[in-house]
Amino acid sequence: MSVTLLPIRRVSEPFSKGGAAPRLVPPPLAKSAQLAEVFAQSRDMGATGFTLAQVPPGRPIVWVLDRMAAQQAGWPYGPGLRGFGVDPDRLVLVCARRAADVLWSMEEALACRSLGAVIGEIWGMPKALDFTVTKRLAIRAERSGVPCFLIRYAAEETLSAARRRWRVTTLASAPHPFDPRAPGAPRWRTTLFRARDTRPGAWEASYERQAHRLDFSAAVSDPVLAEEPARQQVWG
Amino acid sequence: MLLRDGRHGPVIHDLTPAAARHGLAGGMGISDARTLLPSVQVEPATLEADQAELVRLARWALRWCPWTRADGADGLLLDTTGSDHLWGGEAAMLAAMVSAFARIGLSVRAAAAPTLGAAWALARYGAVSPVICAPDALSQTLADLPVVALRLDEETVSLLHRLGLKTVDALQAVSRTALVRRFRERAPDEANPARRLDQTLGRVAEPLMPEMPPPAPRALRQLVEPIVDVDSVSQVLAELLKDLTAEMERRGQGARRLRLTGYRVDGGTASVETAAARANRDPDHLARLFRDRLEGLDAGFGFEVMTLDALVLEEMEALQWDLSGGDSGDLDLTRLIDRLTARLGRDAVLRPVETASHIPERASRFRPADLEAGEVPRPKGPAKPRPVRLLRPPEAADVLYAVPDGPPARLVWRRQTHRVVRSEGPERIAPEWWRERSTTRLRDYYRVEDAEGRRYWIYREGLPGDGRGGAPRWFVHGLDA
Repeated sequence: MSVTLLPIRRVSEPFSKGGAAPRLVPPPLAKSAQLAEVFAQSRDMGATGFTLAQVPPGRPIVWVLDRMAAQQAGWPYGPGLRGFGVDPDRLVLVCARRAADVLWSMEEALACRSLGAVIGEIWGMPKALDFTVTKRLAIRAERSGVPCFLIRYAAEETLSAARRRWRVTTLASAPHPFDPRAPGAPRWRTTLFRARDTRPGAWEASYERQAHRLDFSAAVSDPVLAEEPARQQVWG
Repeated sequence: MLLRDGRHGPVIHDLTPAAARHGLAGGMGISDARTLLPSVQVEPATLEADQAELVRLARWALRWCPWTRADGADGLLLDTTGSDHLWGGEAAMLAAMVSAFARIGLSVRAAAAPTLGAAWALARYGAVSPVICAPDALSQTLADLPVVALRLDEETVSLLHRLGLKTVDALQAVSRTALVRRFRERAPDEANPARRLDQTLGRVAEPLMPEMPPPAPRALRQLVEPIVDVDSVSQVLAELLKDLTAEMERRGQGARRLRLTGYRVDGGTASVETAAARANRDPDHLARLFRDRLEGLDAGFGFEVMTLDALVLEEMEALQWDLSGGDSGDLDLTRLIDRLTARLGRDAVLRPVETASHIPERASRFRPADLEAGEVPRPKGPAKPRPVRLLRPPEAADVLYAVPDGPPARLVWRRQTHRVVRSEGPERIAPEWWRERSTTRLRDYYRVEDAEGRRYWIYREGLPGDGRGGAPRWFVHGLDA
């Protein structure tokens, strides 16, 4: 068993003066509440972890998912959510049959300012999920100040008004502190392929459980990833 | 001895028979009482608590008949018309009442009479107790009682005494014309002996008004034209809600469950119900709960009358949502749950509830979010690693081992093969034998990670040769981030 450490550098670390030309990576997380879209593969729960790591703790969460997502990706599990700083007692789970109901529930939930976050999960490419709906969600999230995450499984990256659009896959986990054969802390490859107010890019993200913090490091190792974030479009 | 505040300091409110034998009497001043009996024990009377207790007893007395009420400070009135035969006649019923009150430590004087006034008089001033007065003996039975037994106030009683009329008999002897003319100015019944006499002897009806909780509020609209379409119905609903919420506000209550009923022109009704997680009387919010259900109302040829009933009411404090008194556009979480439940149904809006169990799917279950969450004891001990998502139910999978009974090497799930790179386990969870059948097998849980870093929570059900079935089977139970 060998563990390869990628040449990574923390975004927050100051760059040394005499070093090579720094790869400037703007902090990829939004400072204010907005709509983020996270694309995930069907049996890859990296998107769930990535989303939960961004949810501010201590406030209720409304989590809406359609039936297919619940069946295929599983139901949010209270004891496991504690590992991401989510109090399951303050979770309201909505399982809707149709994607239209998921989107409607998310819109209603975004009217509630006491929420910590609204998370929606939609499987596939339903007709109800079009640009107009995402635009409404984005505006409502910004108006109410509640971060909104739309997790999409088995979906193509069609037109959307989400302020940030991510693609998240899992990476081999960090080494376990006591057992080299056991899975350790999760790590994800996160690709911000479209953003409204920042430069797209690819990062390697890990979750700091004690501090409830996402740590990003620039993923420079993979040349395929490096050239991917070429397009950036700003929606009026 | 109990005391209450009189006009000139504390006076005796009530006293024990032992104290009465020493010459004390109700209404006597405390200093006079102490002079007569220096060793007397004094307690303040709790008039309000007594009254509340009496109302409670009146409700308790509903076991004998459907109409009961508390009377004054020390009496209960029961209209047993039509219910005495259920107890085997009036005598048996009175005996049952006396013994029932004796069991809860109260001595009662009971009387059954054809009129309310006669029963009142016999219970308080009759020579014996319990006593039953037959309808034809009413006049004779009451003849010897003092005039105060006619439920007259003090002033009237003293007036009658001055006139030399001390008993009911004497009052009856006076010609009715004279009596009516003498007291015709006196409006309230307790100041008018002629009227009281009529009531007591049954010449004037005096129904007993039971003390019942007020009926649930209801709003009603008679419509000029029968309405069919949803828009008109929602307009009527808005008006009904305005009426109903005004009534609920007056009572300080809010509704948890409402029913809208339409009465159709062609005979028949259609109704739709909705429920709120918390008592509510905001017309806009309640209208929203109904909004998606109005299509379900079958109007037929149209509704001509619509009613709105509050089915479940709860006490509710007047709440002000923000300082300006207006709606800030913010939405309370419970209201959000109401709205979601109203549209998607109770089975769709859920809250995880933890149970004291080690079986993963039992440890955290879902309940409708509009139910109040109760405190559940959690299993003690350090938190075990658990996945963020759980498949309900677990899905069967195939697992290959590198070495017999070693860690899983390959996982085949949903027709795809995953090479297991890292694994941790087993964590053994034994079946809950007190809850499950004896053939339930134990589970060995493994956390595994495949070559792409995806993480699964899988378990093997049973052990080879545990005598509870064939070869152990594998399941994928959770997915981890």
